[in-house]
Amino acid sequence: MNTPDVTTHETGREVTAATPADTFADPGLPDHKDRLADKDPKASRRAELQTVILFAISVIGTISMMIVFFTVPLDGTTAGVRTQNLALGLCLGFALLGIGLGAVHWAKTLMSDHEVVEERHNVATEPEDREQAVAALAAGVKDSGIARRGILKGAVVSALALFPLAIAVPLVAEVGGDWNIGKFRHTLWRRGTRLATDPTGRPIKASDVTIGSAYHVIPYQEDIPEDVRPGTHGWIDEKAKAIVLMVRLDPAVLKEAEDRKDWSHDGIVAYSKICTHVGCPVALYEQQTHHLLCPCHQSTFDVADGAKVVFGPAKRPLPQLPITVDDEGYLVAQSDFLEPVGPSFWERLK
Amino acid sequence: MTTTEATAPAPAVPTTPAGRAADYLDQRTGIGVAVKAFARKVFPDHWSFLLGEIALYSFVVLIITGIFLTMFFVPSMGLTTYDGPVTTLQGQTVSEAFNSTLRLSFEVRGGLLMRQIHHWAALIFVASAVTHMMRVFFTGAFRKPRELNWMVGFTLLILSLLAGFSGYSLPDDVLSGNGLRITDGVVKSIPIIGSYLSYFIFGGEFPGHDIIPRLFTVHVLLIPGLILALVGLHLLFVVLHKHTQYPGGGRTDKNVVGFPLFPVYVAKAGGFFFVVFGLLALMGGTMAINNVWNYGPYDPSPVSAGAQPDWYMLFLEGSLRLMPGQAEVVIGGFTLSLNVLIPAVVIPGLLFTFLALYPFVEAAITKDKSPRNVLDRPRNVPTRTGLGVAFLTAFIILALAGSNDLIATHFRLSINSITWVLRFALFIAPVIAFWCTKRICLGLQRKDRELVLHGHEHGRIVRTETGEYFEVHKPLTEQERWLRVNYTAHAPLELSEAAYDATTGEKNPRYRKAKRWSALSRFFFQDRIEPVTPAELEAAQHHAHPAPELAARQPETDGRVGS
Amino acid sequence: MKALAARRHHRFAPAVLLLLALLVTGALYAALAPSQATAESTTAQDVQAGKALFAANCATCHGVGAVGTSETPSLVGVGAAAVDFQVSTGRMPMQMTGPQAEVKPAQFDADQTRQLAAYVASLAPGPSIPSAEAVDPTLGDASNGAEIFRTNCAMCHNAVGAGGALSEGKYAPSLWSTTPTQIYEAMVTGPQSMPVFNENNITPEEKRDVIAYLVEQREGSAGGDPLGSLGPVSEGVWAWVIGIGALIGAAVWIGAKSS
Repeated sequence: MNTPDVTTHETGREVTAATPADTFADPGLPDHKDRLADKDPKASRRAELQTVILFAISVIGTISMMIVFFTVPLDGTTAGVRTQNLALGLCLGFALLGIGLGAVHWAKTLMSDHEVVEERHNVATEPEDREQAVAALAAGVKDSGIARRGILKGAVVSALALFPLAIAVPLVAEVGGDWNIGKFRHTLWRRGTRLATDPTGRPIKASDVTIGSAYHVIPYQEDIPEDVRPGTHGWIDEKAKAIVLMVRLDPAVLKEAEDRKDWSHDGIVAYSKICTHVGCPVALYEQQTHHLLCPCHQSTFDVADGAKVVFGPAKRPLPQLPITVDDEGYLVAQSDFLEPVGPSFWERLK
Repeated sequence: MTTTEATAPAPAVPTTPAGRAADYLDQRTGIGVAVKAFARKVFPDHWSFLLGEIALYSFVVLIITGIFLTMFFVPSMGLTTYDGPVTTLQGQTVSEAFNSTLRLSFEVRGGLLMRQIHHWAALIFVASAVTHMMRVFFTGAFRKPRELNWMVGFTLLILSLLAGFSGYSLPDDVLSGNGLRITDGVVKSIPIIGSYLSYFIFGGEFPGHDIIPRLFTVHVLLIPGLILALVGLHLLFVVLHKHTQYPGGGRTDKNVVGFPLFPVYVAKAGGFFFVVFGLLALMGGTMAINNVWNYGPYDPSPVSAGAQPDWYMLFLEGSLRLMPGQAEVVIGGFTLSLNVLIPAVVIPGLLFTFLALYPFVEAAITKDKSPRNVLDRPRNVPTRTGLGVAFLTAFIILALAGSNDLIATHFRLSINSITWVLRFALFIAPVIAFWCTKRICLGLQRKDRELVLHGHEHGRIVRTETGEYFEVHKPLTEQERWLRVNYTAHAPLELSEAAYDATTGEKNPRYRKAKRWSALSRFFFQDRIEPVTPAELEAAQHHAHPAPELAARQPETDGRVGS
Repeated sequence: MKALAARRHHRFAPAVLLLLALLVTGALYAALAPSQATAESTTAQDVQAGKALFAANCATCHGVGAVGTSETPSLVGVGAAAVDFQVSTGRMPMQMTGPQAEVKPAQFDADQTRQLAAYVASLAPGPSIPSAEAVDPTLGDASNGAEIFRTNCAMCHNAVGAGGALSEGKYAPSLWSTTPTQIYEAMVTGPQSMPVFNENNITPEEKRDVIAYLVEQREGSAGGDPLGSLGPVSEGVWAWVIGIGALIGAAVWIGAKSS
């Protein structure tokens, strides 16, 4: 920053140094033009009448609103609610607009339109007042003796600086629940948890999954602890991590990494439905291209190729849920996800 | 007026009921002083000065309708079964928040109207705050002594975004729930503290059962309280500084020209409140907004096409959509999600920092220490105007990116192509917008000079006796001319520091900094058009009219031409 | 109500109308011919007539015997439902190649469509055209349908079936004027980008529930004009155009000198 010019205080009193000969002179306020209503009594009466009508519209609006409120029944149907809402809205609108337009019309046509000039004063305090203010502060400081009593100053500062902790610490300690961020790493899926349809909760047999179909999957409710089953609050927290999208691909188009060959079953693959970008449900499955698109930010994953990112703001592939079939032919998980699902976080790989 | 008489120092005994009431009040409050000071306070008249009023009034409407809504809304994530009249939801497990939102919409008479007015008012509140801020920016109303009030306004803008976000998340529906989930994802991307911050906000893992009650407190207590306090401060500053005014005859930095508060402004501004409220009522009555019963109760699994936040958050959404994913990196085993941090934290940070600091930057590069109460015409400050338009361009491109799926379906385009085009446009379009705007401003200034020097074109061609042709120009009136010459064209700052100390020959530590500021000042004011001086006008007039006596004969001229 | 609002703020009528046009363009394009095949039993004549129609209109792309080519799918085993869906919505025969087949007025009448379907169904077993009862929205449970639609369909077709974008120019169409039969057929056959929802994934009763939910949406919104049911973006556009537009208009009026 340039050092401020010491000779100019920010008092705002010095204006441009231009001499009058360099600039044009201010011509002053333009001449006042009379309005129609100023010159013509008839126009004035007309304007008054218009204003009266506008206020009358407002009165009618309010009364109509009362009538509508007490006579139009609220039956809860779409059409019924819409009719009542429309009628109430129009009446309220006219009740308010009548006042608003009336008042403005009155001000515009009938109140004086002669402009008034008011002088501005400096915002800054006058120098003598300023000096007195500084003197008052100095006297106060002297009275308190704060400048001389160093230990006292330190004690006051310490006390004031520390006391917020008494409120902040309990708040921060409690506000985050148990602070156990390790929960990010675990979902409801266990070895043998059956895959079920979302939201209907029917377990899925491998034979049900035909090529081209897309299943939105949740863990089967009888295979998960009771306190987190559907209908409980814990379920919503757990479902937020456990949801899976499962499709069956023609084995000819399915590319699988060597170490994941046994994670699929007969072309059926299951991937976490939580986007690795910021966590939206990635749910748009395009059957022909095998692309999975997130409707929030358009990250696109190729389900036929390990759910790798082919477009958009996500970096990592969707985590894959290793699946197999049980004795009865139901699809089950081999284990939990082997990496945290959802968006990246600082300690994700730790 | 009875009241002023009643509050006069000589205690005349008031006779009318109003006079007695005023006397009672004044004996206890001394309000007469305030009435004397404010009743005839002058406000300049211009439509653009009403933009801030729209924001204020929609805020009042938000409070009125908001109080109505709090009577029926239950800020709880406790689960219940919906058994109301909406057939597409009957029997579903919903939260108390969602259930009560449905109840106040379908079973409380006028409840849906209040809810819709509330939501429309929220959209208009932020929109009018933004347009008001644009007016202040482009006219230079943030200059001394109003820099601090700009900061107050800036803080209000941020608060209004938070108010809107915390409000539309309250019904606990699928759309806003996914918005919260995105918020969670963004928070988690913050290095080191991200995971803990997520727990801090949600009281545990997302979604938990604390976020709705917490947002409710933020939405109905914390933010409105802050907004109310800052609106008070904002208006206090306006009274303290007195309103700015547009340039024109008789309007200077030392006066204010307009109409008295009472009665003209009481009627106009008061009336405008009812106009704003009335329009919002019509919108609430005719246009559906945020039909949460369509989105359904929050469930982590579904998401619907068209998953977007309200318009004022679209720029963030667009910023997230445009960023390519490759930016996520792992450093020493820790994940740094730059693909989220850059669009969701860095880019808005840059935009908002520009907004917040701009008045101080301009003050530094002009070294203008005078109070500026007469507004700039945007053309007279081409670089500022250009920067403002560039800023808006970037904002609009981000908002478009946030709507790319709807653009794709409605214009039959590929969403991928739109994203690619906007990725480049975000960097190129603001530069083009800046350059074009600046050139247009300079062009308009040249046109102004031309008009002042040569007058209005007239279309009348005159042939002199010698066979020479010229067009008669009609000179500007004094008022027209004053509007076009009354401005300051700042020159770039002189470099205030020498590279080496003249006496010791050592490097001057302040030199580099001063050089940077000077360069910035040059960027702003290198290209500038000086206002016409009287001498220039005189020279032009002698030069322009080969036969002044002819021009003087035209009835339209006022006789000053060529004299 | 749109018209009402537009008249009231007639100064902005052109802008309002322009926006209106933009918002409903997609819906207009999706206008359908109301032809609908029924599930009545097919005869050998139908198959013969269908074969002739197929040879004349479809075989150029799908090949003789509907076995497909490298560019086009085989229709062996797609069933009558797929043919009825594609032909009655006008998607087939395709007029030109593009990201996906567009909806247009159907080229064949109900009888011809039935004959084509009968022919393709005779090639190999596949999903058949659902009965009228199977798609009767009055028999469905709209609330259950809403839950199923939300999880399985809304991410592409939008929460109430207004449609949405897919990648690379493809899109999920709006369902405002898709007939119940066509909705059912789309679910069982998975046309184009859409996945298949077989009876184990979404049972026939559940499909009828979905249809009931979608048909219920055609009543519009309780709040007034649904603004295309497109969510916050269209709400924002309307807030700026109608709201800020009208209020700035009012401000200009207030600030202007009276004549």
